Amino acid sequence: MTHGAFPMTPFLKQTGKTLFSLALTFLGLLIVTFIIARVVPVDPVTAILGERATGEQIAEMRAKLGLDDPIWKQFGIYLWDVIHFDLGTSIRTREPVLEEVGRYFPATLELSTLATIFGVLFGVPAGVLGATRPGSVFDQFTRLFGLIGYSVPVFWLSLIGLLLFYGQLGWVGGPGRLDSMYDMMYDMKVPAVTHMILIDTALAGEWDMWRNAVSHIILPAGILAWLSMAYISRMTRSFMMNEMGQEYITTARVKGMPEGRVIWVHGLRNTMVPLITVIALSYAYLLEGAVLTETIFAWPGLGRYITDALLIGDMPAVLGGTIVVGAVYIGLNMLSDILYRLADPRAR
Amino acid sequence: MTLLSVENLRVTFDTETGPVQAVRGVSFSLGRERLGIVGESGSGKTMTGRSVLRLIRPPGRIEADAMVFDGQDLMRLPEPQMRALRGRRIAMVMQDPKFSLNPVMKVGAQLTEGLRQRDRMSAKEARTKALAALEAVQIRDPERVMEAWPHELSGGMGQRVMIAMMLIPEPDLLIADEPTSALDVTVQAEVLSILDNLVKTRGMGLIFISHDLRLVSRFCDRVLVMYKGRVVEELAARDLMQARHPYTQGLLNCLPRIGGPRTPLPALDRSAAWAKE
Repeated sequence: MTHGAFPMTPFLKQTGKTLFSLALTFLGLLIVTFIIARVVPVDPVTAILGERATGEQIAEMRAKLGLDDPIWKQFGIYLWDVIHFDLGTSIRTREPVLEEVGRYFPATLELSTLATIFGVLFGVPAGVLGATRPGSVFDQFTRLFGLIGYSVPVFWLSLIGLLLFYGQLGWVGGPGRLDSMYDMMYDMKVPAVTHMILIDTALAGEWDMWRNAVSHIILPAGILAWLSMAYISRMTRSFMMNEMGQEYITTARVKGMPEGRVIWVHGLRNTMVPLITVIALSYAYLLEGAVLTETIFAWPGLGRYITDALLIGDMPAVLGGTIVVGAVYIGLNMLSDILYRLADPRAR
Repeated sequence: MTLLSVENLRVTFDTETGPVQAVRGVSFSLGRERLGIVGESGSGKTMTGRSVLRLIRPPGRIEADAMVFDGQDLMRLPEPQMRALRGRRIAMVMQDPKFSLNPVMKVGAQLTEGLRQRDRMSAKEARTKALAALEAVQIRDPERVMEAWPHELSGGMGQRVMIAMMLIPEPDLLIADEPTSALDVTVQAEVLSILDNLVKTRGMGLIFISHDLRLVSRFCDRVLVMYKGRVVEELAARDLMQARHPYTQGLLNCLPRIGGPRTPLPALDRSAAWAKE
């Protein structure tokens, strides 16, 4: 065997290519955030020193921050820092941005993941059933239900949901991730492992707290799941309609397969191929776009972190958060790429 | 002995502009013989074939005075019994294996699916049967083909897989809907002779749907000529070249002949009157 020869299956080769384009995309993301930092009308020096700093102090700080260096050198330093997991220090809290994001992001992750799971669990079967019985009462109902989830502003849904299920009926917990009683003893009783409350409380065996956390997450997750279900069911329906018109479906029927198998095995397996991308994108959308829901439910997630930072001009926090969101987006895209190739033998 | 007799079959599609009749009162009967159905695109030959399996998609509707297969009227059979006939007793090979094989399922899984699901056979037994079926359609490397994905097969291979798949349960009636139209001419002959052999040795009934008149006259015992959803002529395959109906004659005149005059082929005469009662 020659030196350095490495057996490359087409799958590995393809994955290598994906990784390369991923690195390139990430570099593009960094360039964009770097430029944003230079363009926004927030002066980092004023943000740190305040309005009444003397000219001398300002010059000193400029030198310290490296703002007098040539632009390419600044970008080099920025790049170096980011790939060493240094996203800078928040002006507001004087804490490393990465550490803060590490605390806020799991809250968003927990919420969006739960919402996506529900969205897929309800959206895919709803789409399949709608596609196999087009025009039926069920189909009409799902489409109407989806349309509402799709078109009614999410903050309105959230407010009405809170008013009804928390205020009137008392079925769910209110804003926040826990009741204040549990909130106070949380840090003492539950070691922070993943920063996701449902997982950490379960690991600690604090089941009362876990139940309370469920009652808090269920409403915001349900509302985001509605949004995600609306999208996923519509796409499933249209993909499925297309697949059910294909000739291999007739083949399965000619073989005497029961309709359930024709739909859920032959039809759905082919529908999953384009659906993977749709689910990944809808997940990514929730991960970055849950700001309004997070604000209304006082959910300490990344969307709220970035918004709060933006309102007081804390640019390191904003950009750090943006980079994380972007990285997650890129990562999910890559994941869906890989899954796509696993699902469709023609794409390998 | 009659295997299938169809009386006054009609297939109607309810569209927004009113009902469209794709098949309008077709009757024929079939023993354990090879019946060809020829006609242009849209003449209703495919719909006739699929009606026998009751596999017309909504909004299409199948109606017939009777459609008796082996003593059972298919029109009155509940769906579960009809499903029990499909695959096991009546099978169908479609035009293009590129579309008729499931793209995300391995060939082996598709071949054994019927045996596993319908006949509840063990994985090992089903595999043995599938390998034998692949050998019967002259696939040289059946083990490898079992592990292949449909897109890795050539058209001829795909169609042979399709034939193997449909013939595994040894059906009494096979409907072949343009089984060679998507294949190269050289491969066509190969696939046809395989099909011909299997049909003969197993004594099946065959409905061979094609627009290729020469093929049908060589390959079948009897021919139905369809035009606009009706049968305009029925005759023995060997007499096809002496057809009397002007439509059939028209079709024959459209065939180019090697060594024939190099004048443009005549346009097909389509008289609306032939489509009437």
